[in-house]
Amino acid sequence: MKHTISVLLQNKPGVLSRVTGLFSGRGFNIESLSVAETMEPSISCLTLVTRGDESIIEQITKQLHKLIDVIKVTDVGDSEYVEREMVLIRVKAEAQTRAEVLRVIDIFRGKVVDVSPKSYAVEVTGSASKVQAIIDILKPIGIQEIVRTGTIAMARASKK
Amino acid sequence: MDKISGSQAIIRCLQEEGVKIIFGFPGGAVIDLYDALMDSDITNVLVRHEQGAVHAADGLARVTGEVGVALLTSGPGATNGVTAIATAYMDSIPMVILTGQVPTPLIGNDAFQEVDIVGITRPCTKHNYLVKDSKDLVPTLREAFHIARTGRPGPVLVDLPKDVVAKMIDFPEKKPIRMQNYQPNYDPHPGQIEKACKKIIKAKNPVLYVGGGVILSNANEELTELARKLNIPVTMTLMGLGGFPGSDPLSMGMLGMHGSYAANMAVANSDLLIAVGARFDDRVTGRLDAFAPHATIIHIDIDPTSISKNVKVDIPIVADCKQALIAMNTWFNTASDFNRERVAASHEPWRETINEWNSKHPMGYHSEGEIIKPQFVIEKLDELTGGDAIITTEVGQNQMWAAQFYKFNKPRCLATSGGLGTMGYGLPAAIGAKMAFPDKIVIDVAGDGSIQMNIQELATARQYNCPVKVAILNNNYLGMVRQWQELFYNKRYAGTVMEVTPDFVKLAEAYGAVGLRATKTSEVEAVIKEALATDNTVIMDFTIAREECVFPMVPAGKATTEMLLV
Repeated sequence: MKHTISVLLQNKPGVLSRVTGLFSGRGFNIESLSVAETMEPSISCLTLVTRGDESIIEQITKQLHKLIDVIKVTDVGDSEYVEREMVLIRVKAEAQTRAEVLRVIDIFRGKVVDVSPKSYAVEVTGSASKVQAIIDILKPIGIQEIVRTGTIAMARASKK
Repeated sequence: MDKISGSQAIIRCLQEEGVKIIFGFPGGAVIDLYDALMDSDITNVLVRHEQGAVHAADGLARVTGEVGVALLTSGPGATNGVTAIATAYMDSIPMVILTGQVPTPLIGNDAFQEVDIVGITRPCTKHNYLVKDSKDLVPTLREAFHIARTGRPGPVLVDLPKDVVAKMIDFPEKKPIRMQNYQPNYDPHPGQIEKACKKIIKAKNPVLYVGGGVILSNANEELTELARKLNIPVTMTLMGLGGFPGSDPLSMGMLGMHGSYAANMAVANSDLLIAVGARFDDRVTGRLDAFAPHATIIHIDIDPTSISKNVKVDIPIVADCKQALIAMNTWFNTASDFNRERVAASHEPWRETINEWNSKHPMGYHSEGEIIKPQFVIEKLDELTGGDAIITTEVGQNQMWAAQFYKFNKPRCLATSGGLGTMGYGLPAAIGAKMAFPDKIVIDVAGDGSIQMNIQELATARQYNCPVKVAILNNNYLGMVRQWQELFYNKRYAGTVMEVTPDFVKLAEAYGAVGLRATKTSEVEAVIKEALATDNTVIMDFTIAREECVFPMVPAGKATTEMLLV
């Protein structure tokens, strides 16, 4: 099963390689990983998406927590949460497909961020499945390049 | 306050931490540190290879419980230490390894003797540091010692660029260490303790399965109290030997691949397995689904990642072994609805069953007249040292025979590479142990293969008048692999025949040590007696039965009840 795990860690050189080294060394898999500073510049937030059964996820969380530079580990899926990913897609846009591409972008509430005579570069934000959906739809038209950020996630605030 | 150099500050830190002896090998990047060391009261032991330095510090740490310290230079000095660092990491040994590094402006430039040792040792240290600013030197060192000795102990490496240790700094005052991100939990959850104790009362066939955690947390007395109070049989892992007295009637000896028949049968038939500071290693469990299949499992461990890693645990107790056992003993001492005598007596039938297994297949071997049996050598060592020596071992058959036939009655009397299985560990570890306890008899039980991996440390032993004894069980084979080839590879001895082995007696003499040889059973006792009476480093070369195997043996991947017996 897919799990989104959020990790707060010391913002120091080498910390990211401690995390990735742990995953490669113990044979855990990483589907996506994204990391940046938090409000506190000395602390980074890392979001990673991984797959595994319950016992593997338990090991992943515990092993992450065991790293000295890790402050907090949360399996975001343990409560309600929102997740987002951004993708930049360069898609072929020639005379006969330009209008069609724009319609698709509009449906996905995307934005054209770069235009050339033969292509558009498009920005789309959403859940990983929404991002995958627009990629699948644009593929037959001719995708030239894709860059994805990987998922980031945040727990929903308490409704009470 | 007067400023002092970074290297002087480091030495002062070591003194602050109570370090008396360090093991190392100098080089360009650590000349400043050696210079500062010369003015201190810390004994510097110059080894002959950096692996030896780290193993020696590890040996010292295992027998004393203190943090072992090694000092290596940059580049090859540091990489030579890696095997020994990994050895300590696998067995959770508290150590601080200081490595020199090229000056900070050169880092990343492929400078002479530069290597990214922090990158290399990331997966085999508990934590590591590269100190880039000299004002961080002292706080980093203090943190390194704190991390090494607390929680589940382990080696911590601190990489020290030459320019950083050369700078003049103020020596900061010592403050209690508080780390937001590192707070190991020592105290057991009272609810879990109660749950565990209630299970123990109800169990008919309980077994205590004891690992190195009991020794690391100095919990042997508490464990012994619990076992005796409730009449629970005890088995130990290789790392746990000495955690419970090996001569006690409740001891079933070691379990696992080369464990006793009784121990493996008891675990397989138990209805409650109480794992204390053990980690369900594959050498212990054999085929996982056949390991303790009928048992409820209680697992005490300070490291949450050890719990339910290989075997699903029913009652986890994340805590220091000593604290958890104290809590359990207290519970049993104060619980009102519990009759100690009745519970202890209820385990008598179970103990009788175990005794029957034990008399059916006791730990033993077949004598062959004047052909020396390795097991006999270990029995004689046990007898002639009154079971009171510190034993270190190499890895392979020699290690298993030592574990099977020496009765470890006290903790911290066995130093052996359990997790990583590092050949060449025993001699430098023996030197470390002997430096820590000069009055103790220290014996490295070795094979003719393993001893050659770090035999250069004989010179270290001689230089520091360190009269360790080495007992080589010499069969001119890499015996353990040969045994596997005999049993599972149609006796095809690929790469295991030591066609050339040095004359160990002459070799000892070349180093200024004493060499003794026994080729017949009747000579064994005299050789050991002479070695023990000699105030010098001694090599005892025992020519043993060439194709002797270690039994019992659970073939890899089999259930632990499927033992090949003597």
